[in-house]
Amino acid sequence: MRFDGTKDYVATDDLKVAVNAAVTLRRPLLVKGEPGTGKTVLAHEIAKATGAPLIEWNVKSTTKAHQGLYEYDAVARLRDGQLGDERVHDISNYIRRGKLWEAFTSPDLPVLLIDEIDKADIEFPNDLLQELDRMEFHVYETKETVKAADRPIVVITSNNEKELPDAFLRRCFFHYIKFPDRETMQEIINVHFPDIQGVLVKKAMDIFYDVRDVPGLKKKPSTSELLDWLKLLLSEDMPLEVLQSQDPSKAIPPLHGALLKNEQDVMLFERLAFMAKREAR
Amino acid sequence: MFFNFMDELRAAGINASLKEHLVLLEALDKEVIRRSPVDFYYLSRATVVKDEGLLDRFDQVFSKVFKGIETSYGMEEQEIPLDWLKAVAEKFLDEEEMKKIESLGTWDEIMEALKERLEEQEKRHEGGSKWIGTGGTSPFGNSGFNPEGVRIGGEGGQKKAIKVWDKREFQNLDNTKQLGTRNIKVALRRLRKFAREGAADELDIDRTINGTAKKGWLDIHMRPERHNAVKLLLFLDVGGSMDPFIKLCEELFSAATSEFKNLEFFYFHNCVYEGVWKDNRRRFSERTNTWDILHKYGHDYKLIFVGDASMSPYEITHPGGSVEHFNEEAGVTWLQRMTNTYPATAWLNPVPEKQWGYSQSVKIVKELMNDRMYPLTLEGLGDAMKELTRKQG
Repeated sequence: MRFDGTKDYVATDDLKVAVNAAVTLRRPLLVKGEPGTGKTVLAHEIAKATGAPLIEWNVKSTTKAHQGLYEYDAVARLRDGQLGDERVHDISNYIRRGKLWEAFTSPDLPVLLIDEIDKADIEFPNDLLQELDRMEFHVYETKETVKAADRPIVVITSNNEKELPDAFLRRCFFHYIKFPDRETMQEIINVHFPDIQGVLVKKAMDIFYDVRDVPGLKKKPSTSELLDWLKLLLSEDMPLEVLQSQDPSKAIPPLHGALLKNEQDVMLFERLAFMAKREAR
Repeated sequence: MFFNFMDELRAAGINASLKEHLVLLEALDKEVIRRSPVDFYYLSRATVVKDEGLLDRFDQVFSKVFKGIETSYGMEEQEIPLDWLKAVAEKFLDEEEMKKIESLGTWDEIMEALKERLEEQEKRHEGGSKWIGTGGTSPFGNSGFNPEGVRIGGEGGQKKAIKVWDKREFQNLDNTKQLGTRNIKVALRRLRKFAREGAADELDIDRTINGTAKKGWLDIHMRPERHNAVKLLLFLDVGGSMDPFIKLCEELFSAATSEFKNLEFFYFHNCVYEGVWKDNRRRFSERTNTWDILHKYGHDYKLIFVGDASMSPYEITHPGGSVEHFNEEAGVTWLQRMTNTYPATAWLNPVPEKQWGYSQSVKIVKELMNDRMYPLTLEGLGDAMKELTRKQG
């Protein structure tokens, strides 16, 4: 099984090596990078490329590690006990399987995506050490051990809001998706908009990289924002001249809402435009 | 294999353990990569580096380890590290290439030949098929091991290989660099102590089950939600020599106020004396007596000073040394009182650590703090938080 990117996803060489290492050795792959550089999409694409089912576990600030294994619904059992329901005698009726359980027992080898692991509590990754290392865990209520027959492919994404513990990192391969350079960006755009006009792309990329270079931006636009913006430009049928206008007083790119997500950033651009206008006089 | 490489990584502060070493070997064994140095670079990077802040350092080490080899058998007569050469060649050459090279003789013969050629060789050589130098099809030297050429260092020749790590693309992520608010918040998050306080609005399942089992009817128990109960006293130096660091301190301050509910902050100038203030515009009219602070906030508060500690030594050591007023007791006395009251203390200094040695007052303050002075970088902040959460003995 080799991952070489897919027709919808441009993978750089270093990413391919990291993915293949993780797939071959069946160790978790930890992916970090600026928001919008395609961390989550990567898991989808690995699943697509290897023909494996994808199991997604979206982590939130309230997510606990054991929720990924299983949950014992004590309240439901209490209620059934009070009502005299027959089911109450079998505890396994109240065990709810989590995503990890699902992945370990899946009939086909799955890709398990643990999305935004850094959103959870600091202790969260530590609680999953053993489970991800040995790919097994014990269910205390029913005294059974759930073990993966075939170790699933695990992709973990992080936005770097919290540091992950060393012991956890040691068990992973790591890849940092850096912001794509122009060449890679061009490839990515070609993949998403096969029939787009070359001139438009060139101009749009000029503007895009200029925007990213403006010092003091709170949130730099990233790949996904560029793609949204291009989609918008295309659907609005924006004439090429608008993008090509060299008028410095129009420092704000058209349909900037797709690129700038912060009112302070928009203000910054308006100020820049104002200053440019004054200088022109 | 690669012991030297791993040692260098550890020496550079990249925490590569035996585990990573074994994983790397396992991956090579299972032929995860094509046999090319670039792929090896990518693979070892994915295996060893777990923090994008260290990518730049990894590139430097990689370049150093493999460049060092190059110069040692490239241009000058030097000891040739046979083992390494052998190891690298064995890993990177596919069978065809190995055969081609083996046609030159056994390893020992090749090495013999190499030594002879080194002696014959008088000047730097490029291209050709016999001499050692850059390029060419000779199995030795920079970009040697034809036909693909294992690029071990230098520039030119086999295009892509070395450039990848010599470019050091991840330069601006090194974590000794200064930080923005989000990062500060992350660093501050280390300083957490959970406690249950306030209104009971969460179902306590364990107690509910116990209660129900005992009483025979559904016996609901509630408990308050868990939240961060760390208490923090923040003392910020303002004015004068702190002006260049305003942005940094603002970031730290805004991150701290959003992260901690129990946060009290006060300002001081250069050194703490008998009075501090909460509003810089009214700093002469509305002062808080430092004694009051010491009495009001309990010992469990954690104390953080933020300041450059750069001043005349007299401002710390002598009564009346303050630049703004006549202080009856010396800054030393006040600093000692505060550190005695609050065992968990740290001083964050925005001045780069390298420059601390040049200022006497910094040394004095550092000593007063029992060495608990940390630079205001992501790393320093992390260390400070570690110190603050340490069990105070």
